Amino acid sequence: MDDIAARRLGADELERNFADIHVPLDRKRALIEASRCYFCHDAPCLEACPTGIDIPGFIRKIATDNVKGAATTILSENVMGGACARVCPVEVLCEAACVRQAQESKPVRIGALQRYATDWLFERKLQPFTRSPATGKRIAVVGAGPAGLACAHRLALRGHDITVFEARPKAGGLNEYGVAAYKVPNDFAQAEVAFILDIGGIRIEHGKALGRDVTLARLRQDFNAVFLGTGLAGANALALEGEDMAGVMDAVAYIERLRQAKDKGALEIGRRVVVIGGGNTAIDIAVQARRLGAEDVTIVYRRGPQQMGATGHEQELAQTNDVRIKHWAQPTRLIGHKGRLKEVELEYTQLDERGRLMTTGDRFTLPADMLFKAIGQNFVASPLGELLELSGGRIAINADRQTSLANVWAGGDCVPGDDLTVSAVQDGKVAAEAIDRALRA
Amino acid sequence: MAELRTTFAGIKSPNPFWLASAPPTDKAYNVVRAFKAGWGGAVWKTLGEDGPPIVNTASRYGSLEVGGLRMVGFTNIELITDRPLQVNLDEIKQVKRDWPDRALVVSLMVPCVEDSWKTILKKVEETNADGVELNFGCPHGMSERGMGAAVGQVPDYVEMVTRWCKQHTRMPVLVKLTPNVTSILGPARAAKRGGADGVSLINTVNSIIGVDLERMAPQPVVAGKGTHGGYCGPAVKPIALNMVAEISRDPECAGLPISGIGGIATWQDAAEFHALGATTVQVCTAAMHYGFKIIDDMVDGLGNWLDAKGHAGVGGIVGRAVANVTDWQHLDLNYKTVALIDQAACIKCGLCHIACEDTSHQAIAAKKAGSERRYEVIDAECVGCNLCMYACPVTDCISMVEVATGKRPITWLEHPNNPLRQTAK
Repeated sequence: MDDIAARRLGADELERNFADIHVPLDRKRALIEASRCYFCHDAPCLEACPTGIDIPGFIRKIATDNVKGAATTILSENVMGGACARVCPVEVLCEAACVRQAQESKPVRIGALQRYATDWLFERKLQPFTRSPATGKRIAVVGAGPAGLACAHRLALRGHDITVFEARPKAGGLNEYGVAAYKVPNDFAQAEVAFILDIGGIRIEHGKALGRDVTLARLRQDFNAVFLGTGLAGANALALEGEDMAGVMDAVAYIERLRQAKDKGALEIGRRVVVIGGGNTAIDIAVQARRLGAEDVTIVYRRGPQQMGATGHEQELAQTNDVRIKHWAQPTRLIGHKGRLKEVELEYTQLDERGRLMTTGDRFTLPADMLFKAIGQNFVASPLGELLELSGGRIAINADRQTSLANVWAGGDCVPGDDLTVSAVQDGKVAAEAIDRALRA
Repeated sequence: MAELRTTFAGIKSPNPFWLASAPPTDKAYNVVRAFKAGWGGAVWKTLGEDGPPIVNTASRYGSLEVGGLRMVGFTNIELITDRPLQVNLDEIKQVKRDWPDRALVVSLMVPCVEDSWKTILKKVEETNADGVELNFGCPHGMSERGMGAAVGQVPDYVEMVTRWCKQHTRMPVLVKLTPNVTSILGPARAAKRGGADGVSLINTVNSIIGVDLERMAPQPVVAGKGTHGGYCGPAVKPIALNMVAEISRDPECAGLPISGIGGIATWQDAAEFHALGATTVQVCTAAMHYGFKIIDDMVDGLGNWLDAKGHAGVGGIVGRAVANVTDWQHLDLNYKTVALIDQAACIKCGLCHIACEDTSHQAIAAKKAGSERRYEVIDAECVGCNLCMYACPVTDCISMVEVATGKRPITWLEHPNNPLRQTAK
């Protein structure tokens, strides 16, 4: 078999491999799971949720078959509660805080219950929200990802009119282009976008990129306020010679192709794949490479399992998908033949007495037909055009998500903080409330 | 292992666990399966007068589900046996012949006419059954025809029918009491006056177990309508325990053997009934929920527990708690306990705090050091009510600790706040 090839697996197997990774709870299971919730006072799970969903409240509603009420409770705080139910690292957020975790190491399955409630609402095409009377105010939102859409939705609810500028042909951001396919199958991201737009007052202009088709200066003139939710446009490089040779790939770009591919079998994948990185993107690309038919997939991470950005749950997912995780090593040389990657040379790492990462000098090589770089993304500031204060390389904001420019707010991955869908939604929501207050002042 | 053999009102059984008169004892097939499983006895489902058999409805049971637990409470609108009298009598005779060591009692319900009772008693005697149980309890259906609870609620009728039965049979006569009365002592004393060899209680509680909100009708729904039914299952145990205790500590009922019934599903339940004075117990709902095999643990568990407690047999615990059942006015008002939270076991759910804060005595403080929650009892405010202990989902996390007050015990009868207090002469 070729070292890099499409159609390593049959259509049936691919369909199974990219189908929903989680079996949703049916009513009976949801009721049993809901009955496990103690309805804690001042609940730790609620405190652990970046969007502050009233978790005991919505679970109690599930328990009484008030599923519409449960979904409304969720979506009122997190309009992307459906996506978050699928992609949130609940094992380090709400479920880690669940008192049943302390009691018996078996938290209430909050994520699964959240999905049960939101799916129920979506399946019935119910719209729990109605807009306040029109204010005549217009707000520009840049980027139709979780932060931008959450901001647009909350502002539209408050009666404002929103124009969203999105460079790509579809809205949804990483839910559409980034998350592993088996986490959000059946075009879920678009169903969620449709739900958000359904309340009215939000217009999305696709193919409009900041710095190319619109400028921040112009948006600030034409609109009452601007929200930036542009995400991270740059991919970090290994800074090794030969990064441009065939077989060396950017994980984020590949996942984007995979997510948009109607025929997954058409994607070419290596027989032996090496992934560099320790975050969720590394896990996502590694597992999806296996599921496309790659024979040997190895994640190489320069530190130990505790330091990985990917949660323990994600690491386990990789391992149960027969992905090997090699800790304490980093790439030093890409070895190719006739312009194609053949091997990766790696060097072992360790911490010195002061806790700094250093290489040991011992090297080894792994055969690799494909190497995926999953070592993070960075914020590209140039499209902003205007002088916005940055912090840690991203747009600096205050508690209201307001930038250094008076009528510009920002949120999501382009601002400092966790790069999570749920955090992005919270940014958008908080900014929207601040914008609403500012416009009514 | 401890001796589980029991003699109740002269009726012997290898263990105190009988099946109550109900659907599980409607025919030989079921009763034989129960005896094979190890049940000590059975009270055959109630027989009525000879004649056209009873007719039952489709949809007969309703269930109370609590927090995902099925059949916490159960109800039925089924009537007495709907099989021909002779079929039942023939089967009873055969089963008693095949299982001579088991208690086989026949439940009866006929109109309040002496001849009716006389006639059926003769027929039952021919089966060699060990005794009869007079069904004065069923609150539904038969009561509309002047039988069941309609008799059991009138002490004079209870006494009259019991006396007839004692006159017309050599068999032990048990009287099954309905809980649908203001005081259980009325019918219990009447049964004793009538010469009953024992009482069994409780029969089912008059109830509507739930309303079908789609059909807007009480459950169980029969063609769009429903009726009140007989409530049983674990949820009625507290009602039954109280009524058993009332009889046990009533001087007029002294010496009247009791067969305890009501929500018994485990050997612990049985032990509680024994402790309040029941010699045998009868089970139905638990068997209907899980099948007859539950008897295995009931026998085994009771035996092991009696061994561990150093009792030679069930007799060692019968009535042991009766002396400690008293009236409120005799309780020691100087006895004090306060809640103690085991901080190592606490999972920080806050349920103790909010229960006390919202609905009781504001005696549990919610503290927070950074993100770390801590719940602390304010001893001075705690009245020792137990609420937090029960709201807490962690076993043994909150305990109620006795506090020495240095005060001598005092009851309401002696208390200075009681205007009618008895002063020492």
